[in-house]
Amino acid sequence: MNSTSVVEANNSIRFCIRSYIAFVLAPQAPVIEWLAQLDNWTRNSPGFFAGRPVVLDLSIVKLGRPGISHLLAQLADRGISVIGLEGADASQLDSSLPPLLTSGRSSERQEVSAAAPPDAPADTAVAEGAAAALPAPDEPTSLLIETPVRSGQTVFFPNGDVTVLGSVASGSEIIAGGSIHVYGTLRGRAMAGARGNARARIFCRKNEAELLAINGYYRTAEEWNAAIRSQPIHSWLEDGVLRVAPLG
Amino acid sequence: MSKVIVVTSGKGGVGKTTTTAALGAALAAAGQNVVVVDFDVGLRNLDLVMGAERRVVYDLINVVQGAAKLPQALIRDKRIDTLSLLPASQTRDKDALTEEGVGRVIQELRAKFDWVICDSPAGIERGATLAMRFVDEAIIVTNPEVSSVRDSDRIIGLLDSKTEKAEKGERIEKHILITRYDAARAARGEMLNIADVLDILSLPLLGIIPESEEVLRASNLGSPVTLNDVTSAPARAYTDAARRLKGHDVPMTIPSDRKGFLDKLFGRRAA
Repeated sequence: MNSTSVVEANNSIRFCIRSYIAFVLAPQAPVIEWLAQLDNWTRNSPGFFAGRPVVLDLSIVKLGRPGISHLLAQLADRGISVIGLEGADASQLDSSLPPLLTSGRSSERQEVSAAAPPDAPADTAVAEGAAAALPAPDEPTSLLIETPVRSGQTVFFPNGDVTVLGSVASGSEIIAGGSIHVYGTLRGRAMAGARGNARARIFCRKNEAELLAINGYYRTAEEWNAAIRSQPIHSWLEDGVLRVAPLG
Repeated sequence: MSKVIVVTSGKGGVGKTTTTAALGAALAAAGQNVVVVDFDVGLRNLDLVMGAERRVVYDLINVVQGAAKLPQALIRDKRIDTLSLLPASQTRDKDALTEEGVGRVIQELRAKFDWVICDSPAGIERGATLAMRFVDEAIIVTNPEVSSVRDSDRIIGLLDSKTEKAEKGERIEKHILITRYDAARAARGEMLNIADVLDILSLPLLGIIPESEEVLRASNLGSPVTLNDVTSAPARAYTDAARRLKGHDVPMTIPSDRKGFLDKLFGRRAA
């Protein structure tokens, strides 16, 4: 009974979401031969996978539950711990197997050759947040908006810069991972560097903004003086202080 | 080719119903086949402004739900026989409107009329989004005042995202109609001026309707402004706006009350 009340009293658990980089191993049939190749490769780089998260991509070989278990045991014998499966048939999985992962994105970091230093510290492979958010080469790193941003609308672009050709209305907001450029009047809120980027900046041709924020540091319209109100401005972060200055 | 238009604003009390009635009557007086549709279910007003409140039998909800046929619910205006009204229900609420039902009624109205003008309720909820759902064009009614302009901007965003045309990737033609404009107060900085409003909303202007006692007078008489006193400043402004809506190139004048003012000085004594 006591434990129940404790749970109730403490029911606001905070969840965080983080992205990590993992190596993906994609076995090919026949699996025995593939394991032999793997052994061959790791002979040159012993301990390469030690302590590193590995995802097993089973989209090329179709294995049943016993086959997956066997493969996992074989990999475990080689010191490779599999944290998740990809491309496996969900009906073949149960709670004894690693969870099925989806929506994986390729990362530049996966291009690791056998020539890579075998004893690279583990933390270079396991990158948190910012590095994992590195967009894949085919994903755009800037967003161009040619229409006015209307009151009530939110533009959220975590991957990079946002450029707005029109105006940004009062009661709307632009949230960008990178910098924000507004060629019309900025009347709403602009939040740059929203994913923790202190080097992001905000530019606009006419500043009527309700709020400017970079990397979580913000200032509201109340603080605009005549030099920066209704003027072209430029905003940046300097030693944890949000600076706003007339442009040019 | 019939056109379905919504008269909308976000904010209440800016003149949507007055505008719907005035533009509908002006278009009908020019020989067009027009229906004005009251979407303000639960707070119906268009019947009063049109002077048809004693003739309401069936309403939009009945037609949407299939309880009445469209011709049974349509009320033909006594002054202009090409003008009809589809009234709203005062006793039901907006949840009684279904998207399929509204779509079907609009389709039926398209077949019968040149112009279908929908009077949207205030707000951005179900009633307002259903009123704009199936339209080709929108008239955004705005007072020269910051809260009205911001609400209009919000509605424009919805027009660009929540309408059937927008979802198909097509564009809805949108016009700004500024109502209750007082040139003298704007000059004194007590009101936003026209340029400010258009700068914020960045859409073309359909017309500027001056603040005038005539609007309230006509409304109390149950007559669209454009029929009550055709020479009044708001009537002329609405008639010009209706002609622009039809595609005519009418020079934009900012109506002043000078004429009315002189009338008050001299006309009253002479009468």
